[in-house]
Amino acid sequence: MAGKTLYDKLWDDHLVKQRDDGSALIYIDRHLLHEVTSPQAFEGLRLAGRKPWRLDANLATPDHNVPTTDRARGVEGIVDPVSRIQVETLDKNCDEFGILEFKMMDQRQGIVHVIGPEQGATLPGMSIVCGDSHTSTHGAFGCLAHGIGTSEVEHVLATQCLVQQKMKNMLVKVNGKLGAGITGKDVVLAVIGKIGTAGGTGYAIEFGGEAIRDLSMEARMTICNMSIEAGARVGMVAVDQTTIDYVKDRPFAPKGDMRDKAIEYWKTLHSDDEAVFDKVVELEGSEVMPQVSWGTSPEMVAGVGGHVPDPDAEADPIKREGIVRALKYMGLTPKMPITDIKLDRVFIGSCTNGRIEDLREAAAVVKGHKVSPTLKQAMVVPGSGLVKVQAEQEGLDKIFIEAGLEWRDPGCSMCLAMNADKLGQGEHCASTSNRNFEGRQGFGGRTHLVSPAMAAAAAINGHFVDVREMMN
Amino acid sequence: MRALKQHKGIVAPMDRSNVDTDMIIPKQFLKSIKRTGFGPNLFDELRYLDEGRPDQDCSKRPINPDFMLNQDRYKNASVLLARRNFGCGSSREHAPWALEDFGFHVIIAPSFADIFYNNCFKNGLLPIVLNEEIVDRLFRETEAEEGYQLAIDLEAKTVTTPSGESFTFEVDDFRRHCLLNGLDDIGVTLEDAEVIKAYEASRRETAPWLFGAGG
Repeated sequence: MAGKTLYDKLWDDHLVKQRDDGSALIYIDRHLLHEVTSPQAFEGLRLAGRKPWRLDANLATPDHNVPTTDRARGVEGIVDPVSRIQVETLDKNCDEFGILEFKMMDQRQGIVHVIGPEQGATLPGMSIVCGDSHTSTHGAFGCLAHGIGTSEVEHVLATQCLVQQKMKNMLVKVNGKLGAGITGKDVVLAVIGKIGTAGGTGYAIEFGGEAIRDLSMEARMTICNMSIEAGARVGMVAVDQTTIDYVKDRPFAPKGDMRDKAIEYWKTLHSDDEAVFDKVVELEGSEVMPQVSWGTSPEMVAGVGGHVPDPDAEADPIKREGIVRALKYMGLTPKMPITDIKLDRVFIGSCTNGRIEDLREAAAVVKGHKVSPTLKQAMVVPGSGLVKVQAEQEGLDKIFIEAGLEWRDPGCSMCLAMNADKLGQGEHCASTSNRNFEGRQGFGGRTHLVSPAMAAAAAINGHFVDVREMMN
Repeated sequence: MRALKQHKGIVAPMDRSNVDTDMIIPKQFLKSIKRTGFGPNLFDELRYLDEGRPDQDCSKRPINPDFMLNQDRYKNASVLLARRNFGCGSSREHAPWALEDFGFHVIIAPSFADIFYNNCFKNGLLPIVLNEEIVDRLFRETEAEEGYQLAIDLEAKTVTTPSGESFTFEVDDFRRHCLLNGLDDIGVTLEDAEVIKAYEASRRETAPWLFGAGG
């Protein structure tokens, strides 16, 4: 008999019912909620007279709309009235239905995908959903985790299940060792550049290989986080000792005998040797360079030593048209070196790169330097209140502030610019976030996706540089 | 939910690949706590020349005359013809809400992003995958003939052109059943409440650490 992939195992463990029509009911262990995609779901419950199926499976926090400066007046101090109503609505809904929420002024508040793992609310082997496509982040723990729409948020609240069709299995194997200064962000951008933004559509991706095994949990989370940018709702990494050590002693994690029992199960959460994948993609770790996106789709990336492409060299007419359109929007010329791209702002944060390790990497680069005077702004937004506290205990805030970067309060911030943090028209931003779509970081804004270390190096130089040159 | 059995309507061509959900409905409009009213802001950054805000009267905004939905021939369109990987990016259901609110019933493309595809079915919108050559042809026909319409039959799983040519498409049985009947799938799932409870009880035995809040 053929072995099972990690995804097969997670699917089987959460299968409540296989229906005759090919769909399946899948049980959800953890449901994360935030203010943007939940109000209509709670309203739906209310209208139908339904109650949440299982309260203790839910955990909520406001993140998309919260201000990252001046929280002295709490929720009432949110200047944009529409944003304020959304945050207040989450508070009201959680209070009314009895759902645990880390409210804006709670030190544990932060981006949902940062606080889940931080609290141990994300545990290996869980099925985890949230009305947010970056829920794939939690797959780093050997979880079946993916984003859902608001109708499904309501469905999970009401039934603790989702109606699903099984996806296909893809293995992305990163062989060998990564070079010095190469991060999880560079790996995932290189993968997206290779397979394209629809390359993973219909698949659950497992990331494996020696380079992935060597990575920290933070770096694995960055990689799984951006699986959706390759079209795959689900990205996963098998459980190993790194996973088990990370989870230990976190508030929601099992303790004592229960922990021993859990570990016994967690250790089974890997693909069997004889498992068969529908598709396998391989990369050599040593060939991954620091990545910079030049276009308006996350597949439009190049190594920092490379150039903006020439659309005339693209054979596929639809792709060529896409490159022409992207270069026009980005204000870049074909064949220009990536290092010639000048920047107006730098954003370090987001569910992709707002964890303590990301901030440490950025701080190590800026330490002893000053932000380029040609920059309008460089900001660091920790992923959660607890990341902020830890960074301050390590003195990272002082390093950033002395170098001229702003040190902010936690939230999604300029990753999607729903709060006050946004780009002006035509401005170029080196951003550690996940999407470089037109207008994503502000109307007419131009986003370049990079790792925290590359963003920090760009902040010091005012244009892109190979961060490895600053490390020597 | 609005049911869809058959639909015939004017086709509007969205001729670019990788249309993301930020493009379908930009984030400033996600602050609404309602499900309705997103139609005037569908494709906001392409449709208008100014920066959109949630509190505007869109009828007074400067429009981009080059954008197809601003051309008279497409204003009453209810079938959207699109390119590869339509609906990629964020999971926001506001994207199908905006398309539905504008008046679309059907979207045809060579491929869709997974989450968007799924969200459409929850909102009475039918996403149809046809192969790239057929989609190319439909683009040419739509642009060549003003008032070009397609007829969609979900029961028969066909798309029919004005000349009477039919293409079949695939759709899974459960989604089709729900859309044909306008079913609330929460109600369908709750018919299995006892099965869910039984699963839950066995998980409490085998994986007790998954139950009970921490913190």
